[in-house]
Amino acid sequence: MASGGAFTETMMGLGVVYWGRKALDTPTRLPTWDRWLVRAWQPAVLNFVAGLLLGGAIASLLDDLFWGAALALGAAVGWRLRAYRPAFWVSVALAPYAVYMLVALLARLTNANLERTFDESNNLEGLLLGWVGILFFVARGQHKTLAAEAKRRLEAEQEQHLIESQNHTLEYEVNQRTAALARQTDALRTTLQELQSTQNQLIQAEKMASLGELTAGIAHEIQNPLNFVNNFAEVSTELAQELAEERARPVRDPELEAELLADLKQNIQKISHHGHRAASIVRGMLEHSRASTGERTLTDLNALCDEYLRLAYHGLRAKDKSFNATLQTDFAPVLPLVEAVSQDLGRVLLNLFTNAFYAVRQRQQVAAEPSYAPTVSVRTAYRDREVQVVVQDNGTGIPEAVRQKIFQPFFTTKPSGEGTGLGLALSHDIVVQGHGGALEMASQEGVGTTFTIKLPV
Amino acid sequence: MKILVVDDESDVQALFEQRFRREIRSGALSFSFAFSGEEALDYLHDHHSEVVLILSDINMPGMSGLELLRRVRTEHTPPPPPRVMMITAYGDDASRTQALALGADDFLTKPVDFAALKEKLLALPT
Repeated sequence: MASGGAFTETMMGLGVVYWGRKALDTPTRLPTWDRWLVRAWQPAVLNFVAGLLLGGAIASLLDDLFWGAALALGAAVGWRLRAYRPAFWVSVALAPYAVYMLVALLARLTNANLERTFDESNNLEGLLLGWVGILFFVARGQHKTLAAEAKRRLEAEQEQHLIESQNHTLEYEVNQRTAALARQTDALRTTLQELQSTQNQLIQAEKMASLGELTAGIAHEIQNPLNFVNNFAEVSTELAQELAEERARPVRDPELEAELLADLKQNIQKISHHGHRAASIVRGMLEHSRASTGERTLTDLNALCDEYLRLAYHGLRAKDKSFNATLQTDFAPVLPLVEAVSQDLGRVLLNLFTNAFYAVRQRQQVAAEPSYAPTVSVRTAYRDREVQVVVQDNGTGIPEAVRQKIFQPFFTTKPSGEGTGLGLALSHDIVVQGHGGALEMASQEGVGTTFTIKLPV
Repeated sequence: MKILVVDDESDVQALFEQRFRREIRSGALSFSFAFSGEEALDYLHDHHSEVVLILSDINMPGMSGLELLRRVRTEHTPPPPPRVMMITAYGDDASRTQALALGADDFLTKPVDFAALKEKLLALPT
Protein backbone atom coordinates (compact mmCIF):
# COMPACT_ATOMS: atom_id res chain seq x y z
CA MET A 1 0.00 0.00 0.00
CA ALA A 2 1.74 2.98 -1.18
CA SER A 3 -0.68 5.18 0.67
CA GLY A 4 -1.13 5.29 4.36
CA GLY A 5 1.06 6.65 7.12
CA ALA A 6 4.82 6.22 7.08
CA PHE A 7 5.92 2.93 8.44
CA THR A 8 2.41 1.74 9.31
CA GLU A 9 3.07 -1.37 7.37
CA THR A 10 6.34 -1.89 9.13
CA MET A 11 4.49 -1.58 12.37
CA MET A 12 1.82 -3.97 11.13
CA GLY A 13 4.55 -6.31 9.99
CA LEU A 14 6.17 -6.22 13.41
CA GLY A 15 2.76 -6.74 14.90
CA VAL A 16 2.20 -9.81 12.75
CA VAL A 17 5.62 -11.18 13.60
CA TYR A 18 5.29 -10.73 17.34
CA TRP A 19 1.65 -11.84 17.44
CA GLY A 20 2.61 -14.82 15.32
CA ARG A 21 5.37 -15.69 17.76
CA LYS A 22 2.94 -15.63 20.64
CA ALA A 23 0.02 -17.29 18.86
CA LEU A 24 2.02 -20.02 17.23
CA ASP A 25 4.34 -20.36 20.22
CA THR A 26 7.47 -20.31 18.09
CA PRO A 27 9.86 -20.14 21.06
CA THR A 28 8.76 -23.67 21.91
CA ARG A 29 7.91 -25.07 18.53
CA LEU A 30 10.56 -23.45 16.29
CA PRO A 31 13.38 -22.32 18.53
CA THR A 32 15.87 -22.07 15.69
CA TRP A 33 13.65 -19.72 13.65
CA ASP A 34 12.48 -17.93 16.75
CA ARG A 35 15.98 -16.69 17.45
CA TRP A 36 15.77 -14.74 14.19
CA LEU A 37 12.10 -13.78 14.59
CA VAL A 38 12.84 -12.11 17.88
CA ARG A 39 15.22 -9.77 16.06
CA ALA A 40 12.51 -8.58 13.67
CA TRP A 41 12.73 -5.14 15.30
CA GLN A 42 16.26 -4.76 13.88
CA PRO A 43 15.32 -4.63 10.21
CA ALA A 44 12.37 -2.44 11.29
CA VAL A 45 14.76 0.06 12.83
CA LEU A 46 16.93 -0.17 9.75
CA ASN A 47 13.86 0.61 7.63
CA PHE A 48 13.08 3.57 9.77
CA VAL A 49 16.55 4.97 9.62
CA ALA A 50 16.92 4.30 5.90
CA GLY A 51 13.54 5.87 5.26
CA LEU A 52 14.47 8.98 7.19
CA LEU A 53 17.76 9.23 5.38
CA LEU A 54 16.69 8.25 1.91
CA GLY A 55 13.30 9.86 1.62
CA GLY A 56 9.63 9.07 1.13
CA ALA A 57 9.58 6.84 -1.94
CA ILE A 58 12.28 4.56 -0.66
CA ALA A 59 10.65 4.65 2.76
CA SER A 60 7.36 3.52 1.28
CA LEU A 61 9.08 0.80 -0.65
CA LEU A 62 10.94 -0.44 2.38
CA ASP A 63 7.71 -0.26 4.35
CA ASP A 64 5.88 -2.42 1.82
CA LEU A 65 8.86 -4.73 1.59
CA PHE A 66 8.88 -5.20 5.29
CA TRP A 67 5.15 -5.83 5.32
CA GLY A 68 5.38 -8.36 2.48
CA ALA A 69 8.33 -10.05 4.13
CA ALA A 70 6.47 -10.27 7.41
CA LEU A 71 3.48 -11.84 5.71
CA ALA A 72 5.67 -14.26 3.80
CA LEU A 73 7.49 -15.10 7.02
CA GLY A 74 4.19 -15.62 8.74
CA ALA A 75 3.01 -17.92 5.97
CA ALA A 76 6.32 -19.78 6.02
CA VAL A 77 6.26 -20.25 9.78
CA GLY A 78 2.67 -21.32 9.57
CA TRP A 79 3.52 -23.79 6.87
CA ARG A 80 6.47 -25.08 8.80
CA LEU A 81 4.19 -25.66 11.77
CA ARG A 82 1.33 -26.93 9.65
CA ALA A 83 0.98 -30.01 11.79
CA TYR A 84 -0.58 -27.70 14.31
CA ARG A 85 -3.86 -27.00 12.52
CA PRO A 86 -4.19 -23.33 13.48
CA ALA A 87 -0.71 -22.73 12.11
CA PHE A 88 -1.77 -24.29 8.83
CA TRP A 89 -4.71 -21.93 8.56
CA VAL A 90 -2.50 -18.97 9.40
CA SER A 91 -0.25 -20.02 6.59
CA VAL A 92 -3.20 -20.34 4.20
CA ALA A 93 -4.49 -16.99 5.38
CA LEU A 94 -1.27 -15.07 4.88
CA ALA A 95 0.15 -16.75 1.83
CA PRO A 96 -2.09 -15.07 -0.81
CA TYR A 97 -1.60 -11.71 0.80
CA ALA A 98 2.16 -12.27 0.88
CA VAL A 99 2.12 -13.25 -2.80
CA TYR A 100 0.08 -10.17 -3.64
CA MET A 101 2.54 -7.93 -1.78
CA LEU A 102 5.52 -9.44 -3.51
CA VAL A 103 3.89 -9.11 -6.90
CA ALA A 104 2.99 -5.47 -6.11
CA LEU A 105 6.53 -4.79 -5.02
CA LEU A 106 7.98 -6.33 -8.11
CA ALA A 107 5.59 -4.25 -10.19
CA ARG A 108 6.72 -1.08 -8.46
CA LEU A 109 10.37 -2.01 -8.72
CA THR A 110 10.04 -2.79 -12.41
CA ASN A 111 7.82 0.23 -12.86
CA ALA A 112 5.29 -2.00 -14.61
CA ASN A 113 2.11 -0.31 -15.72
CA LEU A 114 -0.12 -1.81 -13.25
CA GLU A 115 -1.33 1.52 -11.87
CA ARG A 116 -4.64 1.04 -13.64
CA THR A 117 -5.21 -1.85 -11.47
CA PHE A 118 -5.05 0.52 -8.49
CA ASP A 119 -8.76 0.39 -7.82
CA GLU A 120 -8.88 -3.28 -8.43
CA SER A 121 -5.88 -3.63 -6.25
CA ASN A 122 -7.74 -1.87 -3.46
CA ASN A 123 -10.58 -4.30 -3.93
CA LEU A 124 -8.14 -7.14 -4.07
CA GLU A 125 -6.48 -5.99 -0.89
CA GLY A 126 -9.84 -5.75 0.72
CA LEU A 127 -10.63 -9.27 -0.35
CA LEU A 128 -7.30 -10.48 0.85
CA LEU A 129 -7.81 -8.79 4.19
CA GLY A 130 -11.22 -10.38 4.36
CA TRP A 131 -9.60 -13.68 3.51
CA VAL A 132 -7.11 -13.19 6.30
CA GLY A 133 -9.84 -12.18 8.69
CA ILE A 134 -12.04 -15.18 7.96
CA LEU A 135 -9.19 -17.59 8.19
CA PHE A 136 -8.06 -15.84 11.32
CA PHE A 137 -11.34 -16.78 12.89
CA VAL A 138 -11.03 -20.32 11.56
CA ALA A 139 -7.58 -20.54 13.05
CA ARG A 140 -8.87 -19.17 16.32
CA GLY A 141 -11.66 -21.70 16.35
CA GLN A 142 -9.18 -24.46 15.71
CA HIS A 143 -6.95 -23.11 18.40
CA LYS A 144 -9.82 -23.04 20.88
CA THR A 145 -10.78 -26.59 19.99
CA LEU A 146 -7.25 -27.73 20.38
CA ALA A 147 -6.92 -25.82 23.65
CA ALA A 148 -10.10 -27.41 24.92
CA GLU A 149 -8.78 -30.80 23.93
CA ALA A 150 -5.50 -30.07 25.62
CA LYS A 151 -7.43 -28.97 28.70
CA ARG A 152 -9.45 -32.19 28.68
CA ARG A 153 -6.31 -34.23 28.32
CA LEU A 154 -4.77 -32.30 31.19
CA GLU A 155 -7.84 -32.89 33.33
CA ALA A 156 -7.80 -36.57 32.44
CA GLU A 157 -4.12 -36.71 33.38
CA GLN A 158 -4.87 -34.99 36.65
CA GLU A 159 -7.68 -37.41 37.35
CA GLN A 160 -5.32 -40.23 36.58
CA HIS A 161 -2.82 -38.81 39.04
CA LEU A 162 -5.53 -38.42 41.63
CA ILE A 163 -6.59 -42.03 41.15
CA GLU A 164 -3.01 -43.19 41.38
CA SER A 165 -2.46 -41.27 44.56
CA GLN A 166 -5.69 -42.68 45.96
CA ASN A 167 -4.46 -46.11 45.03
CA HIS A 168 -1.29 -45.49 46.93
CA THR A 169 -3.29 -44.34 49.92
CA LEU A 170 -5.47 -47.42 49.72
CA GLU A 171 -2.46 -49.68 49.35
CA TYR A 172 -0.95 -48.06 52.39
CA GLU A 173 -4.14 -48.53 54.38
CA VAL A 174 -4.43 -52.13 53.24
CA ASN A 175 -0.89 -52.73 54.40
CA GLN A 176 -1.69 -51.13 57.72
CA ARG A 177 -4.80 -53.25 58.06
CA THR A 178 -2.90 -56.39 57.12
CA ALA A 179 -0.27 -55.61 59.70
CA ALA A 180 -2.97 -55.03 62.31
CA LEU A 181 -4.66 -58.31 61.41
CA ALA A 182 -1.35 -60.12 61.58
CA ARG A 183 -0.85 -58.74 65.07
CA GLN A 184 -4.36 -59.86 66.03
CA THR A 185 -3.69 -63.32 64.67
CA ASP A 186 -0.53 -63.55 66.72
CA ALA A 187 -2.39 -62.43 69.82
CA LEU A 188 -5.12 -65.01 69.17
CA ARG A 189 -2.55 -67.71 68.60
CA THR A 190 -0.94 -66.88 71.93
CA THR A 191 -4.33 -66.95 73.64
CA LEU A 192 -5.12 -70.30 72.04
CA GLN A 193 -1.87 -71.72 73.35
CA GLU A 194 -2.64 -70.39 76.80
CA LEU A 195 -6.11 -71.93 76.69
CA GLN A 196 -4.69 -75.27 75.61
CA SER A 197 -2.18 -75.21 78.40
CA THR A 198 -4.94 -74.24 80.86
CA GLN A 199 -7.04 -77.11 79.59
CA ASN A 200 -4.16 -79.49 80.16
CA GLN A 201 -3.80 -78.13 83.67
CA LEU A 202 -7.49 -78.68 84.32
CA ILE A 203 -7.25 -82.24 83.07
CA GLN A 204 -4.30 -82.78 85.38
CA ALA A 205 -6.29 -81.21 88.23
CA GLU A 206 -9.12 -83.61 87.51
CA LYS A 207 -6.72 -86.50 87.72
CA MET A 208 -5.35 -85.17 90.98
CA ALA A 209 -8.89 -84.70 92.28
CA SER A 210 -9.71 -88.29 91.50
CA LEU A 211 -6.53 -89.29 93.26
CA GLY A 212 -7.64 -87.25 96.28
CA GLU A 213 -10.93 -89.09 96.28
CA LEU A 214 -9.04 -92.31 96.42
CA THR A 215 -6.87 -91.32 99.33
CA ALA A 216 -9.53 -91.55 102.00
CA GLY A 217 -10.73 -94.86 100.67
CA ILE A 218 -7.19 -96.14 100.46
CA ALA A 219 -6.38 -95.10 104.01
CA HIS A 220 -9.30 -97.14 105.24
CA GLU A 221 -8.44 -100.00 102.98
CA ILE A 222 -4.88 -100.15 104.28
CA GLN A 223 -5.90 -99.77 107.91
CA ASN A 224 -7.87 -103.00 107.85
CA PRO A 225 -5.10 -105.36 106.79
CA LEU A 226 -2.61 -103.54 108.97
CA ASN A 227 -4.85 -104.08 111.97
CA PHE A 228 -4.89 -107.78 111.24
CA VAL A 229 -1.12 -107.85 110.84
CA ASN A 230 -0.70 -106.22 114.25
CA ASN A 231 -3.38 -108.27 115.95
CA PHE A 232 -2.23 -111.63 114.63
CA ALA A 233 1.36 -110.71 115.43
CA GLU A 234 0.35 -109.95 119.02
CA VAL A 235 -1.70 -113.09 119.34
CA SER A 236 1.13 -115.12 117.86
CA THR A 237 3.48 -113.71 120.49
CA GLU A 238 1.05 -114.86 123.16
CA LEU A 239 0.72 -118.27 121.57
CA ALA A 240 4.48 -118.63 121.31
CA GLN A 241 4.74 -117.70 124.98
CA GLU A 242 2.09 -120.23 125.88
CA LEU A 243 3.81 -122.90 123.79
CA ALA A 244 7.09 -122.20 125.55
CA GLU A 245 5.34 -122.52 128.93
CA GLU A 246 3.73 -125.80 127.86
CA ARG A 247 7.05 -127.21 126.74
CA ALA A 248 8.55 -126.24 130.10
CA ARG A 249 5.98 -128.27 131.99
CA PRO A 250 6.98 -131.54 133.50
CA VAL A 251 3.84 -133.18 132.16
CA ARG A 252 3.33 -132.08 128.58
CA ASP A 253 0.13 -132.02 126.65
CA PRO A 254 1.03 -132.90 123.05
CA GLU A 255 -2.49 -132.18 121.78
CA LEU A 256 -2.44 -128.67 123.16
CA GLU A 257 1.04 -128.07 121.84
CA ALA A 258 -0.02 -129.26 118.39
CA GLU A 259 -3.03 -126.97 118.51
CA LEU A 260 -0.90 -124.04 119.49
CA LEU A 261 1.58 -124.73 116.71
CA ALA A 262 -1.20 -125.10 114.16
CA ASP A 263 -2.68 -121.78 115.24
CA LEU A 264 0.73 -120.15 115.05
CA LYS A 265 1.22 -121.42 111.53
CA GLN A 266 -2.18 -120.17 110.50
CA ASN A 267 -1.59 -116.78 112.08
CA ILE A 268 1.66 -116.30 110.25
CA GLN A 269 -0.07 -117.12 107.00
CA LYS A 270 -2.76 -114.60 107.81
CA ILE A 271 -0.15 -111.96 108.66
CA SER A 272 1.50 -112.58 105.33
CA HIS A 273 -1.83 -112.45 103.52
CA HIS A 274 -2.87 -109.14 105.04
CA GLY A 275 0.60 -107.70 104.59
CA HIS A 276 0.40 -108.44 100.88
CA ARG A 277 -3.05 -106.95 100.76
CA ALA A 278 -1.78 -103.68 102.16
CA ALA A 279 1.21 -103.69 99.82
CA SER A 280 -0.92 -104.21 96.74
CA ILE A 281 -3.25 -101.39 97.75
CA VAL A 282 -0.30 -99.05 98.06
CA ARG A 283 1.07 -100.25 94.75
CA GLY A 284 -2.30 -99.66 93.12
CA MET A 285 -2.46 -96.14 94.48
CA LEU A 286 1.07 -95.34 93.30
CA GLU A 287 0.26 -96.65 89.86
CA HIS A 288 -2.87 -94.54 89.75
CA SER A 289 -1.01 -91.38 90.71
CA ARG A 290 1.83 -91.93 88.33
CA ALA A 291 1.39 -90.26 84.95
CA SER A 292 0.18 -92.98 82.70
CA THR A 293 3.04 -94.31 80.58
CA GLY A 294 0.52 -95.76 78.20
CA GLU A 295 2.11 -99.15 78.67
CA ARG A 296 -0.32 -101.94 78.03
CA THR A 297 -0.43 -104.97 80.23
CA LEU A 298 -2.75 -107.93 80.36
CA THR A 299 -5.37 -106.86 82.88
CA ASP A 300 -7.87 -108.86 84.86
CA LEU A 301 -10.98 -106.71 84.73
CA ASN A 302 -12.71 -108.64 87.49
CA ALA A 303 -9.96 -107.76 89.94
CA LEU A 304 -9.78 -104.19 88.68
CA CYS A 305 -13.52 -103.67 89.08
CA ASP A 306 -13.54 -105.17 92.55
CA GLU A 307 -10.63 -103.04 93.73
CA TYR A 308 -11.94 -99.75 92.37
CA LEU A 309 -15.51 -100.42 93.45
CA ARG A 310 -14.43 -100.75 97.04
CA LEU A 311 -12.03 -97.83 96.75
CA ALA A 312 -14.77 -95.60 95.36
CA TYR A 313 -17.20 -96.71 98.05
CA HIS A 314 -14.79 -96.07 100.89
CA GLY A 315 -13.76 -92.81 99.31
CA LEU A 316 -17.31 -91.57 99.34
CA ARG A 317 -17.97 -92.87 102.84
CA ALA A 318 -14.91 -91.07 104.12
CA LYS A 319 -16.52 -87.84 102.98
CA ASP A 320 -20.03 -88.66 104.10
CA LYS A 321 -20.27 -91.09 107.02
CA SER A 322 -24.00 -91.39 106.79
CA PHE A 323 -23.80 -92.73 103.31
CA ASN A 324 -24.46 -96.36 102.70
CA ALA A 325 -25.20 -98.44 99.67
CA THR A 326 -25.50 -102.05 98.71
CA LEU A 327 -22.67 -103.23 96.50
CA GLN A 328 -23.50 -106.04 94.14
CA THR A 329 -20.90 -107.79 92.08
CA ASP A 330 -21.45 -110.35 89.37
CA PHE A 331 -18.12 -111.28 87.88
CA ALA A 332 -17.92 -113.65 84.96
CA PRO A 333 -16.00 -116.66 86.22
CA VAL A 334 -14.02 -116.94 83.01
CA LEU A 335 -13.04 -113.55 81.71
CA PRO A 336 -10.24 -113.13 79.18
CA LEU A 337 -7.44 -110.77 80.13
CA VAL A 338 -7.58 -107.49 78.27
CA GLU A 339 -4.50 -105.75 77.00
CA ALA A 340 -4.97 -102.34 78.54
CA VAL A 341 -3.38 -99.49 80.41
CA SER A 342 -4.68 -100.54 83.82
CA GLN A 343 -4.34 -97.18 85.55
CA ASP A 344 -6.37 -95.55 82.82
CA LEU A 345 -9.09 -98.19 82.96
CA GLY A 346 -9.00 -97.95 86.72
CA ARG A 347 -9.63 -94.23 86.41
CA VAL A 348 -12.59 -94.90 84.16
CA LEU A 349 -14.04 -97.41 86.60
CA LEU A 350 -13.44 -95.07 89.51
CA ASN A 351 -15.25 -92.32 87.63
CA LEU A 352 -18.24 -94.52 86.79
CA PHE A 353 -18.48 -95.87 90.33
CA THR A 354 -18.18 -92.43 91.87
CA ASN A 355 -20.90 -91.12 89.58
CA ALA A 356 -23.12 -94.10 90.46
CA PHE A 357 -22.64 -93.53 94.20
CA TYR A 358 -23.32 -89.83 93.75
CA ALA A 359 -26.55 -90.61 91.92
CA VAL A 360 -27.88 -92.99 94.55
CA ARG A 361 -26.89 -90.64 97.32
CA GLN A 362 -28.76 -87.81 95.57
CA ARG A 363 -31.84 -89.95 95.32
CA GLN A 364 -31.55 -90.95 98.96
CA GLN A 365 -31.20 -87.38 100.16
CA VAL A 366 -33.70 -85.68 97.89
CA ALA A 367 -36.56 -88.13 97.48
CA ALA A 368 -38.28 -89.22 100.63
CA GLU A 369 -38.58 -92.90 99.86
CA PRO A 370 -38.49 -94.91 103.07
CA SER A 371 -38.04 -98.20 101.31
CA TYR A 372 -35.31 -96.98 98.97
CA ALA A 373 -32.27 -99.24 98.98
CA PRO A 374 -29.41 -97.52 97.18
CA THR A 375 -27.68 -100.15 95.12
CA VAL A 376 -24.68 -100.03 92.84
CA SER A 377 -23.79 -103.11 90.89
CA VAL A 378 -21.00 -104.12 88.59
CA ARG A 379 -21.25 -107.03 86.19
CA THR A 380 -18.63 -108.44 83.85
CA ALA A 381 -19.21 -110.64 80.85
CA TYR A 382 -17.52 -111.89 77.72
CA ARG A 383 -19.79 -111.49 74.71
CA ASP A 384 -19.28 -111.06 70.94
CA ARG A 385 -15.49 -111.14 71.33
CA GLU A 386 -15.77 -108.24 73.74
CA VAL A 387 -15.24 -107.91 77.45
CA GLN A 388 -18.19 -105.99 78.86
CA VAL A 389 -18.30 -104.16 82.18
CA VAL A 390 -21.75 -102.97 83.21
CA VAL A 391 -22.03 -100.43 86.02
CA GLN A 392 -25.60 -99.98 87.15
CA ASP A 393 -27.18 -97.83 89.80
CA ASN A 394 -30.73 -97.17 90.97
CA GLY A 395 -30.10 -93.49 91.52
CA THR A 396 -31.74 -90.37 90.17
CA GLY A 397 -31.22 -91.19 86.50
CA ILE A 398 -30.12 -88.72 83.82
CA PRO A 399 -32.80 -86.33 82.48
CA GLU A 400 -33.46 -86.45 78.73
CA ALA A 401 -32.33 -82.87 78.21
CA VAL A 402 -28.90 -83.53 79.62
CA ARG A 403 -28.18 -86.96 78.16
CA GLN A 404 -26.45 -85.67 75.02
CA LYS A 405 -24.10 -83.47 77.00
CA ILE A 406 -22.73 -85.72 79.68
CA PHE A 407 -19.66 -86.74 77.72
CA GLN A 408 -18.81 -83.14 76.87
CA PRO A 409 -15.75 -81.69 78.61
CA PHE A 410 -16.50 -79.32 81.46
CA PHE A 411 -20.17 -80.30 81.55
CA THR A 412 -21.38 -81.14 85.03
CA THR A 413 -24.69 -81.18 86.86
CA LYS A 414 -22.98 -80.93 90.23
CA PRO A 415 -23.04 -77.60 92.06
CA SER A 416 -20.08 -75.39 91.32
CA GLY A 417 -16.89 -76.43 93.02
CA GLU A 418 -17.97 -80.03 93.30
CA GLY A 419 -17.07 -81.39 89.93
CA THR A 420 -14.72 -80.46 87.11
CA GLY A 421 -17.03 -81.93 84.49
CA LEU A 422 -14.08 -83.75 82.97
CA GLY A 423 -14.60 -87.23 84.42
CA LEU A 424 -16.85 -88.70 81.74
CA ALA A 425 -15.08 -86.84 78.95
CA LEU A 426 -11.76 -88.36 80.04
CA SER A 427 -13.35 -91.77 80.55
CA HIS A 428 -14.86 -91.69 77.09
CA ASP A 429 -11.50 -90.67 75.67
CA ILE A 430 -9.66 -93.47 77.47
CA VAL A 431 -12.12 -96.17 76.44
CA VAL A 432 -12.74 -95.12 72.85
CA GLN A 433 -9.49 -93.47 71.80
CA GLY A 434 -7.14 -95.24 74.12
CA HIS A 435 -8.49 -98.77 73.88
CA GLY A 436 -10.63 -98.87 70.75
CA GLY A 437 -13.70 -99.71 72.77
CA ALA A 438 -17.11 -98.21 73.43
CA LEU A 439 -18.71 -96.45 76.39
CA GLU A 440 -22.49 -96.59 76.32
CA MET A 441 -25.10 -95.05 78.55
CA ALA A 442 -28.71 -95.93 79.19
CA SER A 443 -30.79 -94.12 81.73
CA GLN A 444 -34.30 -93.59 82.99
CA GLU A 445 -35.11 -90.61 85.13
CA GLY A 446 -36.18 -91.66 88.60
CA VAL A 447 -35.19 -95.26 88.00
CA GLY A 448 -31.46 -95.46 87.43
CA THR A 449 -28.56 -95.42 85.02
CA THR A 450 -26.43 -98.04 83.35
CA PHE A 451 -23.01 -97.47 81.84
CA THR A 452 -21.49 -100.20 79.70
CA ILE A 453 -17.79 -100.42 78.82
CA LYS A 454 -17.05 -102.67 75.87
CA LEU A 455 -13.45 -103.58 75.15
CA PRO A 456 -12.34 -105.68 72.21
CA VAL A 457 -10.14 -108.58 73.12
CA MET B 1 -22.34 -115.70 127.77
CA LYS B 2 -23.15 -115.82 124.12
CA ILE B 3 -21.65 -113.10 122.02
CA LEU B 4 -22.42 -112.48 118.36
CA VAL B 5 -19.62 -110.80 116.40
CA VAL B 6 -20.69 -109.15 113.16
CA ASP B 7 -17.97 -108.07 110.67
CA ASP B 8 -17.50 -108.51 106.91
CA GLU B 9 -13.83 -109.53 107.34
CA SER B 10 -13.67 -113.31 107.77
CA ASP B 11 -10.34 -113.26 109.64
CA VAL B 12 -12.08 -111.52 112.54
CA GLN B 13 -13.29 -114.96 113.60
CA ALA B 14 -9.78 -116.42 113.82
CA LEU B 15 -8.65 -113.34 115.68
CA PHE B 16 -11.38 -113.46 118.33
CA GLU B 17 -11.10 -117.20 118.76
CA GLN B 18 -7.43 -116.84 119.49
CA ARG B 19 -7.63 -113.70 121.58
CA PHE B 20 -10.27 -115.22 123.79
CA ARG B 21 -8.97 -118.81 123.63
CA ARG B 22 -8.72 -119.10 127.39
CA GLU B 23 -12.17 -117.69 127.99
CA ILE B 24 -13.64 -119.87 125.29
CA ARG B 25 -11.92 -122.94 126.68
CA SER B 26 -13.14 -122.18 130.16
CA GLY B 27 -16.65 -121.51 128.91
CA ALA B 28 -16.74 -117.98 130.30
CA LEU B 29 -17.44 -116.62 126.86
CA SER B 30 -18.95 -118.15 123.76
CA PHE B 31 -18.67 -116.53 120.33
CA SER B 32 -20.64 -116.84 117.13
CA PHE B 33 -19.85 -114.98 113.95
CA ALA B 34 -21.94 -113.36 111.22
CA PHE B 35 -20.38 -111.75 108.18
CA SER B 36 -23.17 -109.37 107.26
CA GLY B 37 -26.05 -107.53 108.88
CA GLU B 38 -28.53 -109.80 107.18
CA GLU B 39 -26.71 -112.90 108.42
CA ALA B 40 -26.74 -111.45 111.92
CA LEU B 41 -30.47 -110.87 111.87
CA ASP B 42 -31.06 -114.40 110.62
CA TYR B 43 -28.93 -115.78 113.44
CA LEU B 44 -30.80 -113.72 116.00
CA HIS B 45 -34.12 -114.99 114.74
CA ASP B 46 -32.88 -118.57 114.84
CA HIS B 47 -31.39 -118.29 118.30
CA HIS B 48 -33.91 -116.29 120.31
CA SER B 49 -32.70 -114.92 123.61
CA GLU B 50 -29.44 -116.78 123.38
CA VAL B 51 -27.39 -113.82 122.30
CA VAL B 52 -26.60 -111.51 125.14
CA LEU B 53 -24.17 -109.20 123.40
CA ILE B 54 -23.68 -108.12 119.84
CA LEU B 55 -20.31 -106.72 118.75
CA SER B 56 -20.81 -105.15 115.35
CA ASP B 57 -18.68 -103.35 112.79
CA ILE B 58 -20.36 -100.27 111.31
CA ASN B 59 -18.77 -100.14 107.90
CA MET B 60 -20.14 -103.13 106.01
CA PRO B 61 -21.48 -103.42 102.48
CA GLY B 62 -25.22 -103.97 102.33
CA MET B 63 -26.80 -103.45 105.72
CA SER B 64 -24.54 -101.26 107.79
CA GLY B 65 -23.90 -101.83 111.46
CA LEU B 66 -26.03 -98.82 112.37
CA GLU B 67 -28.92 -100.20 110.33
CA LEU B 68 -28.52 -103.51 112.11
CA LEU B 69 -28.52 -101.68 115.44
CA ARG B 70 -31.72 -99.89 114.52
CA ARG B 71 -33.39 -103.13 113.48
CA VAL B 72 -32.32 -104.91 116.62
CA ARG B 73 -33.63 -102.10 118.76
CA THR B 74 -36.95 -101.64 116.96
CA GLU B 75 -37.85 -105.19 116.06
CA HIS B 76 -39.58 -107.32 118.58
CA THR B 77 -36.91 -109.13 120.59
CA PRO B 78 -37.79 -111.24 123.54
CA PRO B 79 -36.49 -109.70 126.73
CA PRO B 80 -33.90 -109.03 127.80
CA PRO B 81 -32.75 -107.06 124.74
CA PRO B 82 -29.17 -107.81 123.75
CA ARG B 83 -26.48 -105.27 124.45
CA VAL B 84 -24.95 -103.85 121.33
CA MET B 85 -21.42 -102.50 121.09
CA MET B 86 -20.22 -100.91 117.88
CA ILE B 87 -16.67 -101.51 116.71
CA THR B 88 -15.54 -99.32 113.89
CA ALA B 89 -12.57 -97.75 112.12
CA TYR B 90 -14.41 -94.43 111.88
CA GLY B 91 -13.98 -93.13 115.39
CA ASP B 92 -15.28 -89.61 114.98
CA ASP B 93 -17.72 -87.93 117.32
CA ALA B 94 -20.54 -87.76 114.82
CA SER B 95 -20.55 -91.52 114.38
CA ARG B 96 -20.31 -92.07 118.15
CA THR B 97 -23.23 -89.73 118.81
CA GLN B 98 -25.28 -91.33 116.10
CA ALA B 99 -24.59 -94.82 117.40
CA LEU B 100 -25.43 -93.97 120.96
CA ALA B 101 -28.56 -92.15 119.82
CA LEU B 102 -29.71 -95.28 118.01
CA GLY B 103 -29.35 -97.27 121.19
CA ALA B 104 -25.82 -98.61 121.25
CA ASP B 105 -24.44 -99.47 124.64
CA ASP B 106 -20.86 -98.75 123.75
CA PHE B 107 -18.66 -97.49 120.96
CA LEU B 108 -15.20 -98.90 120.30
CA THR B 109 -12.69 -97.94 117.66
CA LYS B 110 -10.42 -100.13 115.63
CA PRO B 111 -7.75 -101.31 116.17
CA VAL B 112 -9.48 -103.01 119.05
CA ASP B 113 -7.80 -102.98 122.40
CA PHE B 114 -8.47 -106.60 123.23
CA ALA B 115 -7.27 -106.35 126.78
CA ALA B 116 -9.76 -103.61 127.55
CA LEU B 117 -12.48 -105.43 125.67
CA LYS B 118 -11.78 -108.58 127.63
CA GLU B 119 -12.20 -106.69 130.86
CA LYS B 120 -15.44 -105.14 129.71
CA LEU B 121 -16.89 -108.44 128.64
CA LEU B 122 -15.95 -110.23 131.80
CA ALA B 123 -17.36 -107.37 133.84
CA LEU B 124 -20.79 -107.74 132.29
CA PRO B 125 -23.38 -109.42 134.38
CA THR B 126 -24.15 -112.83 132.91
